[in-house]
Amino acid sequence: MTSDALKEAFAHTLRSFRRALPILLGVLLLFSLVSVLIPSRLYHWIFTGNPFVDPLIGAVVGSLSGGNPVTSYVIGGELQTQGVSLLAITAFLSAWVTVGIIQLPAEALMLGRKFAVIRNLASFVSSLVLAVLTVWTLEWL
Amino acid sequence: MRKLKGSVSAGSIFLFLMVAAYATLAMVAPQVVQEILTVFGGLVIRLAPILLVVFGIMFLSHLLLGQHSLVGLLDRGAGLGGWIFAVAGGILSSGPIYLWYPLLSDLKERGMSDRHIAAFLYNRAVKIPLMPMLIFYFGWSFTLVLSLYMVLLSVLNGLAVERLTKGATR
Repeated sequence: MTSDALKEAFAHTLRSFRRALPILLGVLLLFSLVSVLIPSRLYHWIFTGNPFVDPLIGAVVGSLSGGNPVTSYVIGGELQTQGVSLLAITAFLSAWVTVGIIQLPAEALMLGRKFAVIRNLASFVSSLVLAVLTVWTLEWL
Repeated sequence: MRKLKGSVSAGSIFLFLMVAAYATLAMVAPQVVQEILTVFGGLVIRLAPILLVVFGIMFLSHLLLGQHSLVGLLDRGAGLGGWIFAVAGGILSSGPIYLWYPLLSDLKERGMSDRHIAAFLYNRAVKIPLMPMLIFYFGWSFTLVLSLYMVLLSVLNGLAVERLTKGATR
């Protein structure tokens, strides 16, 4: 392996990173803003107890949230003790990690707007399908 | 090239808008901004090592695979190997999803298909190191069933995304 190949690979990587850096910084600033301005106790208030509406609410809230999945597990666990359906919690957990409204601008800038919008929409629908499949399978087992 | 220039300026505009939002908030509630910036600082410190790992992987991919050799390995025609790369890569990659956008953007330019990118991103939901936590809250069976369905749905999701993106192009 020549030093030219090393230099070229390093230059390519650096160029890609320089392009991504403002977007990454912007997303980090947005995440920090949302995590401070939206308290986690908000999640407890928005579920209605309706078995058909709650999964949709779970998927919407999960899509709008973000951050470490552990946070979603903790919130999901708390919601379960408060009687929120497993269907709603599963949709919430799934959407939390697969749909990203907060990082959508970054995804659109780096992977293409059309791709980002379609992927997030497909993942939103998938989170509802996943919730139904998981709960049905658990009931069947 | 046009896309590249557009991305740079759009990224800078996005960052500028965020800074402007912070500046506006600082005029109204400086203490809140201080709290947010503490969170931001913590995030940067926590994520820096992962960003270095991503940089390392990108560097190695450029070095070992060259600029265009991913075509065939991860393009639409790639078979089981492409899916295995996407699924395993998504599961094994750690840190926030957006840290992996630069690598995926880079791979996309070199031929990685939308289906594999979508599957990679979907499998970021399967977190092996965090499974004990999921088991603690929801039990073994829930964790196992959820994870298996996530892997399965990641493939269907990838196929759907590619079909829809192609359909939207027509």
